[in-house]
Amino acid sequence: MNRAPLIFLGIFFAIAFSWTGIILTNQISYGSLTPYVNADDGKAYPQSVPGDAARGKLVYQDLGCIYCHTQQVRQPGFGIDIERGWGERGSVARDYIRESRVFLGTMRTGPDLRNVGTRFAGQGGREWHIKHFYDPTITSAGSIMAPYRFLFETKAIIGDASPKAVQSLLPENHQPVAGSEIVLKQRGEDLIAYMLSLKDPELYPEEATKVYVPKAEPAKTEHGAHGAESNKEAAK
Amino acid sequence: MASASQLASSLSPSASPQLAKRAELSAIDASTKLPALFFFGSAVLWLIVGTLFALIASFKMHTPTFLGDYEWLTFGRVRTAHLNAVIYGWSVNASFGVAFWLMARLSRAELRHSGMLLIASAFWNVGVTLGIYGILTGDSTSIEWLEFPSYATPLLFFAYALVGAWTVITFRFGRSKHIYVSQWYILAALFWFPWLYSVAQIMLIFSPARGTVQSLVNWWFAHNVLGLWFTPIGLGAVYYFLPKVLGKPIHSYYLSVLGFWSLAIFYNWAGVHHLIGGPVPIWVQTAGITASFMMVIPVIVTAINHHLTMIGNFSKLKYSPTLRFIVFGAVAYTFTSLQGSSMSIRSWSEVTHFTQYTIGHSHAGMYAFFSMVMFGSIYYILPRILLKEWPSAKLISLHFWSTALGVIFMVLALSIAGVKQGIDLNTLPVGADGHTGSPVPFLEIVKNTIPWLKLRSYAGILMTIGHVAFAINFVWMLLKARPAGVTAPTLFRDVPELEVSR
Ligand code: HEC
Repeated sequence: MNRAPLIFLGIFFAIAFSWTGIILTNQISYGSLTPYVNADDGKAYPQSVPGDAARGKLVYQDLGCIYCHTQQVRQPGFGIDIERGWGERGSVARDYIRESRVFLGTMRTGPDLRNVGTRFAGQGGREWHIKHFYDPTITSAGSIMAPYRFLFETKAIIGDASPKAVQSLLPENHQPVAGSEIVLKQRGEDLIAYMLSLKDPELYPEEATKVYVPKAEPAKTEHGAHGAESNKEAAK
Repeated sequence: MASASQLASSLSPSASPQLAKRAELSAIDASTKLPALFFFGSAVLWLIVGTLFALIASFKMHTPTFLGDYEWLTFGRVRTAHLNAVIYGWSVNASFGVAFWLMARLSRAELRHSGMLLIASAFWNVGVTLGIYGILTGDSTSIEWLEFPSYATPLLFFAYALVGAWTVITFRFGRSKHIYVSQWYILAALFWFPWLYSVAQIMLIFSPARGTVQSLVNWWFAHNVLGLWFTPIGLGAVYYFLPKVLGKPIHSYYLSVLGFWSLAIFYNWAGVHHLIGGPVPIWVQTAGITASFMMVIPVIVTAINHHLTMIGNFSKLKYSPTLRFIVFGAVAYTFTSLQGSSMSIRSWSEVTHFTQYTIGHSHAGMYAFFSMVMFGSIYYILPRILLKEWPSAKLISLHFWSTALGVIFMVLALSIAGVKQGIDLNTLPVGADGHTGSPVPFLEIVKNTIPWLKLRSYAGILMTIGHVAFAINFVWMLLKARPAGVTAPTLFRDVPELEVSR
């Protein structure tokens, strides 16, 4: 009795089944989601990211930030991402459709970065990132994030000091020897541009009706603050 | 060999079937010798390299300034180099060797043109080396479990195709009429892996799917590499070595068939549990949770089968190194799988996902189960193909105890750290007066994990000691002269007469 063909058929069926279900079905059902065009401003959301941020994403990829950071905000009621200020709403599939590579991530050694561009924005945000990448403990005492000092270079000042020198942002113990300065390499600039670009738009109308549950009443937050106070009280 | 057995059978006809069988096995073992040595040798080398990367990554986790200024050793790269070295370097090399060796024996077929497998091994290892080099120099794709840059993958694919083809051909031309359950597992694994790998390469690298469909492909692939490659190979090995070493048949043939088919159907779908609560359709998450739950069936069935085979023979653990590793692996398989099913429960996933708990779970699976089974298998196979024994039982014992204790400590440390981390990350603390407070500050969560991360590093050092003991024994065995006459298996201690006759 040769049952090899039968076994083989079963083996084939098993994987074909999951491939059809998990991948093919979803590819068909939402694999061609399109951006939402807002009638008011005529823009398509999510918007595409500018070139330097796109290059910065490659730096994020090659340095492996994904092994400590996620880029997905959990829905209200599942975890407390929104209470933590990691986003106004949970992430939805449409948020990712412009990304040639999606970095959802699986690990939160560090905070979620999906909307980090709203927490650190503008010139102040840029300076925060410079300090943080140079040595994370400057901004966040006790951080175990890897330092990215190799995104900077220390070089002798020739002629005038560079307008892009960053050492003035750094504390005493990180100052270079006299006559030299610290500048951010292009890769570092790109990475920061990527960080500043990370924020999801307000909700698209379609998802609003389907997955979005309004945030808890503001009263809840006050309640929370009060709770924190009383915790401190208890600790004393 | 053949002439010796003919001679023996002509002298003593009653002994002939036994002897002829022995001779056939020796001939089969001999035909696998070179490629098996090559695969196992590279596996051991990658194990050491991967362990070094692991130590560096683990130290960096609690002391980030450790080697902090080397870009190529930054956490994100060295951690990835570790994963890929131990998965594609150690685990796959070892599973190739075990797979075709088992297949040749069980199919009663000598390996033909084994030179092709040497070529495959060379391609595979050059591919892995290139891939690791790519990761360290910044070419990683940052797609979990598929980080190798695209210039490494064609080599791997080619090597894989060769090993797969040779193993299937060996099966096809075997003299055995019966298909043993280990062969089912190995054949299935050989078929499943290339399908998984090609779909993942096409839909993630060459022509990426849109948005989070990528994440579905990613976890369908990554979880199935565990479920449809490592698990079948590992279970195939347990199904072979357990009865072999005990000298009695497996408890139930029907249970093994049931275990096989339920695994084939359910494991396939389980990978989606990595995306619970994420931006993918709810129905597919539910399907993933259901499948993860149904995995309890194959796991319990297989556990009953293995453990009932073992029952009454625990005293043999004192003597046989192979048995000790295999039984440890089989028990770990039951534990890890049940743990995995529980982790797919939505509310438990809410806590454990995104934390060190998951890292602990993956070490329970890939190490406590799979790697331990591979160690046990190599301890059995190598003496048969080299016709000499392991030089030092002490080193084997050291290997066993340091890796067994090491992985237990590691999984415990990461699990405790992870649960604490997950609760603090995902729930608002409730004060003594019943009011909910504000979220625990992130840096406090970070601070709480550090002692456990240090414990993980110590556990890692313990496992490193075991790996070094293994590597020394391995190399020593290769260099040792072959003794004249018959060899006996290396046992931890001399077996009392009674044990043997039983
Ligand atoms: C070893 C794990 C680890 C790696 C790798 C890592 N981070 Fe972090 N990251 C952390 C931790 C922990 C924190 C929280 C403490 C802090 O602010 O440093 C953090 C915080 C951050 C923050 C501040 C977020 C906030 O809302 O406060 C940013 C931005 C950030 N990381 C970006 C990155 C980038 C970009 C990379 C890759 C170049 C990276 N991280 C790699 C662990 C890591």
